[in-house]
Amino acid sequence: MLTATGVVAGYGEHTVLRSVDLTVTPGRITGLQGPSGSGKSTLARVVALLHPRTAGTVTVDGRSVTGSGYLAPAELRRRIGMVFQSPRAATDPRWTLRQVIAEPLGAARRSATRQRVAELAEQFQLTDDLLDRYPHQVSDGQLQRACLARAVALRPAYLVCDEATAMLDPSTTATIAQLVRGLADAGTGVLAVSHDRALLTAWADHVLDLHDLHADARTSWES
Amino acid sequence: MTAAGAVPGAPPVLSIRGLSVQLGLLDGRWVHAVSDLDMDLPAGTVTLLAGESGCGKSVLASALIGLLPPTARVRGQVGLDGPDPLDLLAADDDVLATRVRGRRVGLVPQSAGTALTPTRTVGALLSEAVTTLGGAVPAADLLREVWLDPDGVADLYPHQLSGGMAHRVLLALALAGQPDVLLCDEPTAGLDPENAAHVAGLLAAQARTGRAVLLISHDIAACAPVADRVAVMVSSRVVEVGPATDVLDRPWHDYPQALWNSLPERGFRPVPGDPPPLTDLPDDCAWHRRAGGACSGVLTLEPVAPDHWVSCGRGPVGVGC
Ligand SMILES: [Zn+2]
Repeated sequence: MLTATGVVAGYGEHTVLRSVDLTVTPGRITGLQGPSGSGKSTLARVVALLHPRTAGTVTVDGRSVTGSGYLAPAELRRRIGMVFQSPRAATDPRWTLRQVIAEPLGAARRSATRQRVAELAEQFQLTDDLLDRYPHQVSDGQLQRACLARAVALRPAYLVCDEATAMLDPSTTATIAQLVRGLADAGTGVLAVSHDRALLTAWADHVLDLHDLHADARTSWES
Repeated sequence: MTAAGAVPGAPPVLSIRGLSVQLGLLDGRWVHAVSDLDMDLPAGTVTLLAGESGCGKSVLASALIGLLPPTARVRGQVGLDGPDPLDLLAADDDVLATRVRGRRVGLVPQSAGTALTPTRTVGALLSEAVTTLGGAVPAADLLREVWLDPDGVADLYPHQLSGGMAHRVLLALALAGQPDVLLCDEPTAGLDPENAAHVAGLLAAQARTGRAVLLISHDIAACAPVADRVAVMVSSRVVEVGPATDVLDRPWHDYPQALWNSLPERGFRPVPGDPPPLTDLPDDCAWHRRAGGACSGVLTLEPVAPDHWVSCGRGPVGVGC
């Protein structure tokens, strides 16, 4: 399980999360819904160990994590992959999709990089022709599939999708949702964050409202 | 005989006939963005042009008002009705710049980031647009028209606007010259469902004042509820155009059905197959090559009702075929 307990976080003086609890369970897609600016992206980044918290704990499979970003232990950071809203902003325009996908494999000094890239390409429907293109030569949907492949390249136990389909058309959204469902069916614990309740209702196993996760909302959501 | 894409009884403000748009790439290939488009935009009507990303629809607004790069190849006719009727494709750029853009045809761009000068306040931007375009409605009233409070918003700079407010300011700017036609390119992009529905409602209110409104969008959930007519585009071609309820609930062509089925509340199944790149479209039907299924091979629009046009589809979807 990936859990956040009593998390307080924000930006400088501005606190957006006031003691929030959240659990992401292996093999399930947990939907997290809330309006724009409510802090759900901040919570996504906290549980992905990318954003600092001023109080509270995050545990990964029972191990409590100190710090965030590069201060968090690398082997715990690698247990969690993340996909963002804008695949263009999340990729280097000078890299081919093949390089984008291989990046975490290189950083982790894995051998057999080529074979893993080939596996990922098949899993995420990226042809050889697509792998050799640069981001500006592919569609947003194709680029987001590459970002998804990059996020799971090191076989993380958990995947956080932060508005990962917000800029995509309905068919591409359905494709990404299917691919993520495949990951969950294979055991990955997924946190899917969106402002779109209709999307999460169709995509997730259960949908949580960020408002209800605050301790001061005093609402039981664990059922 | 009625022209393809026509709407009997509703005289069009903008009448598009045989429009094809090709964009040249540096490597010598051509992007076939729009092929043989026939469509009318009647006064007082919201028309939704829906389709997947990359189907070519995003080029349409620029093509209609002469904003494509000079290397683009455009053919067809785009009739703009009014006291001074005009073929927009035959008009020279000076005419488009001084008499059409902003004045008779307004454009609501997708992104506030590039459309709003960052160093000017909302009030200054709007007043300048009103002066330049000779508009009769003052900036404060334009803000009220898009449900913004001038006292709270006129002194703000673009970076101080929320996403929903920025979209409404873009609409106010497009209204500065009081155009008869509003072309909207993904008007709800990046907005949450509540704000998206709000912006769509504002655009529908503009149609109620008599304007012809075109929503070019893949945000079907937000735009469909306010649409009077729906056109559906795939691989550069509009394959069906007609009354919104008919096209949304009982499409004749199998592509609109596949697109609606991809919505979370209507099955959440991706449209089958991958669209071919617009540089590499077949001469025959790209959709049925992609998805299989029966194709009559007739790529031009044919009437199935006086105001409802379909190409190559298989007859009413779900009705005995
Ligand atoms: Zn066909």
